[in-house]
Amino acid sequence: MTIKVARPSEDIKEEIYLVAIVKGMGLTLKHLLSNLFNMRQLPIVEYPEKQKQFPAGYRGKHRLTKREDGSVRCVACYMCATACPAECIHIVAEESPDPTIEKRPARFDIDLLECVFCGMCVEACPVDAIRMDSGIYSITDFNRKSFVITKEELMNVKPQGMPE
Amino acid sequence: MTSNLALDIVIIALKAIFLLLILLVCAPVLIVLERKISAFIQDRPGPNRASIGPIRLGGFVYIVADAIKLFTKENFTPSNANRFYYYLAPAISVAVALSTGAVVPFADTLHFENVSIPMQVLPINAGLLWFFAIASLGVYGIILAGWASNNKYSLLGAVRSSAQLISYEIPMGLSVVGILMAFQSLDLSKIVEAQGGLLTFFGLFPLGIYLGNVWLGIPNWGIFLQPIAFIIFIVASYAETNRTPFDLAESESELVAGFHTEYSAMKFGMFFFAEYMAMVVASSIMTTLFFGGWQVPFFSTAALQQFSLPMMRIALGVTILVLIMMTLGLYRFFLGQKGRFGDSRDSEGLILATITGGLAVVVLLLLGLTFGLSDLPTWGGVTFAAVVQFLSFFIKMFLIASTFIWVRWTVPRFRYDQLMNLGWKSLLPLALANIFVTGVVILLMNYFTQARGGV
Repeated sequence: MTIKVARPSEDIKEEIYLVAIVKGMGLTLKHLLSNLFNMRQLPIVEYPEKQKQFPAGYRGKHRLTKREDGSVRCVACYMCATACPAECIHIVAEESPDPTIEKRPARFDIDLLECVFCGMCVEACPVDAIRMDSGIYSITDFNRKSFVITKEELMNVKPQGMPE
Repeated sequence: MTSNLALDIVIIALKAIFLLLILLVCAPVLIVLERKISAFIQDRPGPNRASIGPIRLGGFVYIVADAIKLFTKENFTPSNANRFYYYLAPAISVAVALSTGAVVPFADTLHFENVSIPMQVLPINAGLLWFFAIASLGVYGIILAGWASNNKYSLLGAVRSSAQLISYEIPMGLSVVGILMAFQSLDLSKIVEAQGGLLTFFGLFPLGIYLGNVWLGIPNWGIFLQPIAFIIFIVASYAETNRTPFDLAESESELVAGFHTEYSAMKFGMFFFAEYMAMVVASSIMTTLFFGGWQVPFFSTAALQQFSLPMMRIALGVTILVLIMMTLGLYRFFLGQKGRFGDSRDSEGLILATITGGLAVVVLLLLGLTFGLSDLPTWGGVTFAAVVQFLSFFIKMFLIASTFIWVRWTVPRFRYDQLMNLGWKSLLPLALANIFVTGVVILLMNYFTQARGGV
């Protein structure tokens, strides 16, 4: 059995286009003129000079947290790399000199161009070693290589402008 | 005779250069205007940062930035492209856009003591035919670009464009037939001359009132004589210049960038320029046919020449008022902008206010000079009339070109079948009906004038 799809009612005003187009042009003209004479009131942020405060929990650039003695908190358990849907975390583990800790990362690289900023690594981490609370959301550079950030760079990321 | 020939050549060359300048200046200005208008329609400020020193001009410095960018980018050619046609296509687009405007009269014929100069680069008596013949060649640029790029999307854009041109050329030509019947000429300067004066009620009495020296009322413009022809013509022009809502050749949401997908750097820039120059030319043709061309409403050329001195004084006075208002506005802008960028750009308002203030003083001095004269010499009156007529033409043309932009940011693109339906099922019958009605009215008018004891 065929299903009859209801057509939109054939309004003569819309059939001849012109009336509807003139109405639409009136609307855009209203926007144009009101914005032209009230340029200060435009709902915008003048980006490089003024930056928006992001809410707590906004996922920005990753950082690796440290212990009190300044060593990396990560124990190279590979949980984050396993959880990562974009497979952008590359860890090489080594033995830790501290007898109470089993392993630590020798290398901990994140390819920021692959990363989808989903936060799965943060959720997966058992020791709160990786966080995305740096508040850095504008990640720019000149070549692809410099988007792969290493353990040292991750440990040096300073959280900025995030409300506690 | 030889000296006359040389003079003629120089005059024609000057006119051609003048036309080129108009087109080459208007195109980048329209490009920035398009970005600003689209921004304001969409509640954004648009380009406003680029600056030469402290001067930003509200984003108009982007003209320079765009030009430098387009000239310095990598000039990429796809390996399987047909090189000859690939390079020829943008050249055709630009050449066509430039040469179409040659027939547009931008002021009344200049009559000096022993020479009279038609203010048209190409004063031929079939100007309208020239416009149609050359403007429809513009699509060859698009078809060649699409074909030579060796790219599916380019080819699809080109095919759509050619089908669209065929469908819309017919209603456009037929809509102009109505104008031809009303003004009885193919010569664009004759058409403009016929649009002076007031609209008459079927040739019986003028629709207006007589006030001392001038008639006020509805001018005898094509848009009032042939409103339906105007609607058809404007829709068809949007289609001819490939502007939204008929930019199916480009349709960036479906065909990457349509016919110019494979074009980069200045080859793309030439298509971009050609689009805006075609817009300017289409607007000037529309001005000529429907908005009285260079006619200043209510003032004939003779009146402009006769009252040139008082009118010049009024014009200078208004200019001073406008400049003073601009100076005050810019100063207010400067005060409001303090510390926005933290560099020399903050002082822009002050610099511009100084310039406009200085200009106001200069114009004031000029106004003082005109009071020293008892009467302008003949050539002064002629030149003044020509300048005012050109300004009238230019303002009308620019307003229509802005309407192109306004429509683009209001109306979404037509689907392909809707485009064909509109062209063949609505515009074509409408244009034919318009011709029929016009013919009947003209016949009746002739019948009544003869009955009243006319010719």
